[in-house]
Amino acid sequence: MDFVNALVLLTNFLIVPAISYGSQLALGAIGVTLIYGILRFANFAYGDLMAFGTMFAILFTWYFQSIGISLGVFPTALVAIPFAIIITILFSLLIDKFVFGYYRIKKSPPVTLAMVSIGVMFVINAVVRIIIGPFDRRFFDGERFILKANEFKEMTGLNEGLSIKSTQVLTLFITIVVVSILFWFLNKTKTGKSMRAYSDNEDLALLSGISPDKVVMITWIIAAILATIAGTLYGLDKSFKPFTYFNNLLPIFAAAIVGGIGNPLGAFFGGYVIAFSEIIVTYAYKKFFIYLLPESLEPNSLIQLLSTDYKFAVSFSILVVVLLFRPSGIFKGRVL
Amino acid sequence: MRQYFNVITAYLIMGLLILLVGIFQSWGVALSILNLCLISAVMTMGANIQWGYAGLINFGIMGYTALGGLAAVLVSVPPVREAWQAGGLNMVLSLFLIILLVFSIRYILKKFSKSNKKNLIIALTIILGLIIIRLISGPAIESIEAVSPATTGFLGGLGLPIIFSWIVGAFFAAGIAYVIGKVALGLRADYLAIATLLISEIIIAIVKHEDWLVRGVKNVIGLKRPVPYEVNLQNTDWFISLIEKLNAGTLNLIVDASGKQDALRQLVINGSTVFVKLCYAGLFMFVVLILLVLTQKALYSPWGRMMRAIRDNEEAANAMGKNVVKQHLYIFVLGSAVVGIAGAMLTTYDGLFTPGSYQPMRFTFLIWVMVIVGGSGNNFGAILGGFVVWFVWIEAAPVSLYLINIFTSGLADTSQFKNHLINSVPYFRYLIMGLGLLLIMRYRPKGILPEKIRHV
Repeated sequence: MDFVNALVLLTNFLIVPAISYGSQLALGAIGVTLIYGILRFANFAYGDLMAFGTMFAILFTWYFQSIGISLGVFPTALVAIPFAIIITILFSLLIDKFVFGYYRIKKSPPVTLAMVSIGVMFVINAVVRIIIGPFDRRFFDGERFILKANEFKEMTGLNEGLSIKSTQVLTLFITIVVVSILFWFLNKTKTGKSMRAYSDNEDLALLSGISPDKVVMITWIIAAILATIAGTLYGLDKSFKPFTYFNNLLPIFAAAIVGGIGNPLGAFFGGYVIAFSEIIVTYAYKKFFIYLLPESLEPNSLIQLLSTDYKFAVSFSILVVVLLFRPSGIFKGRVL
Repeated sequence: MRQYFNVITAYLIMGLLILLVGIFQSWGVALSILNLCLISAVMTMGANIQWGYAGLINFGIMGYTALGGLAAVLVSVPPVREAWQAGGLNMVLSLFLIILLVFSIRYILKKFSKSNKKNLIIALTIILGLIIIRLISGPAIESIEAVSPATTGFLGGLGLPIIFSWIVGAFFAAGIAYVIGKVALGLRADYLAIATLLISEIIIAIVKHEDWLVRGVKNVIGLKRPVPYEVNLQNTDWFISLIEKLNAGTLNLIVDASGKQDALRQLVINGSTVFVKLCYAGLFMFVVLILLVLTQKALYSPWGRMMRAIRDNEEAANAMGKNVVKQHLYIFVLGSAVVGIAGAMLTTYDGLFTPGSYQPMRFTFLIWVMVIVGGSGNNFGAILGGFVVWFVWIEAAPVSLYLINIFTSGLADTSQFKNHLINSVPYFRYLIMGLGLLLIMRYRPKGILPEKIRHV
C-alpha cells in the first residue's frame, strides 16, 4: 500500500505537472526550432510572440464572455484561440515583410537577424504591455478539476490524493493533436517536404523549384499557430503575465537546443526533458521516502537536490552540459 | 580635424540635450541622467570590446553587472562577526572543497582516456563532492542566516572603502568570464548568445537565492559612499559659504534676514544633492576617460589590428598563425572585466544592492541596443550609444506623455482610451527602443558613429 501511495504522490506532484509544463515548452520549442531550421536565426522575439497571441486569446475570451458565449465545462478561450491565431499569423507575416524579409534577401549573417529579432522583441513587448498592461491576468473559466484530490482518496482509499486539472488534460490533448498534425504535414505533404528540403539544403531546394517565399510564409504561419496555442495553454494552466512569457523564452530555447536545434522531433522531446529535469531536481522527496523506507531509515531533511528557486538554473545547466558534450543535441540537429 | 567633426558634433548635441534637461526639468535630474549615461558608457565599452573588436556575442552582460555589484557589497560592508563564528569556518572549508573538486575533475580528465568509464567516474566525483559540500555547508548556511536575519544574516564583507570594489568587481567578472569562456567560446555565434544569456540567468539565480552571501532578495542597503553625504554637507561651513557666494545675487534681493536664512537653507539642501551627484560624475568621468584612453590605445595597437583581422576573417587569421581561441578567451575576459567595473560603479551609485532588479531587458539587451546604435567597433560610438540610449530611455516617458496629451487633446478627460494610454506611458520606452534599433539596423547598420579603419 505504501508503495502505491508513493507512486501516487510522485504522479501528483511530479509527473502530471511536468507533462503539462513540458507540453507547453515542447510546442514553443518546435516553433523556435522551425524558425531556426528554415529562416536560420535564433528568434529572441518568440517569447513575446507567445504573449502577443495569448493577449488576443484573452481579448477574444473577454468579448465572447461579454456576449454570452461559453463552452460550459470547457474554457471559453478554446473558441478564442482560432481568432487569436489568425491575428498572430497576420502580425508575424507583417513583421516578416517589413523587418526580417529585408535581411533575408540581403543574406545577412544569422547574428544580424538575431539582433534584429531583439528589436522586434522590444516592440512586441511594448505593444503587449500597452494594450493589455503588465499585470497578472487569469482568464480560465469552466470546470477547474477533472479529478479532485479528495474524490481520489475516497475512490481508492489511499492516503495520498491525486488531482488533475482540466487544463492539464486539455494541454496534453491539444499538444498531441497539434504535434501529430504538424508531423503529418512535415512528413507527408508536398509543402511539408519542401520545407524540410529547404531546411536541409537551401540551394538544392531552390534549384528543384521550391518557392522560398511560400516556404518562409508557411514557416511563419506554423510558428504563429504554435506560439498562440502554447502561450494560451500556459496562460490557462497558470496565468498570463507578459514578463513570465519573456522569461519562458529561455527554457524554450534550452528545450530546442537540447533536442537538437532545427529538428522538430528533438524540440518536442527537449521540452519534456527540460520540464521533467526542472521538477525532478527541485522536488522534495521526503514524503516519498517516508512511504518507501522502513521507519528506522526515514529521512529527516527535505531530500531536495536544489531549492525550487533554482528551477531555471537547472534547465540552463542541462543546456550547458549538452552544448559541451553533444553540441548538436540529443537528436542530431543542425550541426554547429 | 574633419574626421573628428562627426564625433564632436554628436557629443556636443548630447551635452546640449543634457543641459536642456538641467534647465527645463532640474539639475538633479540632468546629473543623474549624466551619471547613469557614464555608467552605461562603461558597460557599452565592455560590450564593444567583445563585439566590436572581436565579433563575440555576449548576452551575459547582466551577469557580470551583478558580479560587480556583488563585489561592491563584499568589499564595503563590514564583516558580521557572529555570522563568521556561526558558520564561517565551514563555508571556507566548502570553498576549498569546491576548488578541490574542480582540480580533481581536471586531473581525471587528463589522466583517463576517453571512455564511458571516465564519464562515469567524473559523474560520481561530482555527485559525491556535491553531497559532501552540501553536508558541510548546509547547517552552516542555516546558522549564518539565523544571525539577526532582519539586518544581517550573511557573512558580510571586508569593510574596506567601496571604491576598491571597482577593481575587485573587474576581477570577479574576469574570473567568471574565464570559466564561461573556456566552456562556451567554441560555440557558433548565436549559440554563444543563448548560452551566455542562460549562464547570466544562473548567476542571477545564485546571487538571488544564496542568502548567506549577499542576503539575496532581502537586499543590502546603505552601502558606504565614496563621496560626502548630503546631510553632512548641509552642516559644513565651507559648503554653506560656497552656496552663499554662488547665489549671492539672488540672496541679496531678499531684504528680510530670516527670509534670507530660509532661502539659503533651501539652496543648501538643493545644492548638496547636486554637489554629491557632481562628485559621482567626476569619479565616473575619470573611469570613462581612463578606459577610453586604454581601449583606444589597444584598438590601434598591433594587438587591436590582430583582433580586427580575427573578427573579419577567422580562418585567414588562424592561417597566419594567430591563436584565435586564445585571443577570443582573452578578449572575452577583458570585456567582461570592464562590465564588472560598471556593475560595481552602478551599485556604488545606487548605494544598495538589489538582486531582484537585474533583468535581462535592462542590463543585457538595452546595453546591446546602445552598442549597435552608437556604432560597434568605435569606442567613441559605443560611449555615445550609451549616452543617447540612456537619455532616450529616461526621457521617453515624459515625452510620450506630452505627445499623448497633444494627440488626445480632443478627447474628454474621462475618455477610457486616453486614460489607458496615459497609464501605459512607461512602456513606450520599449517601443521607442525597439523601433530605434530596427531603424538603425536597417538604414545605418554601422551605427551613429561608424567604425573607422585607419590605413597606414
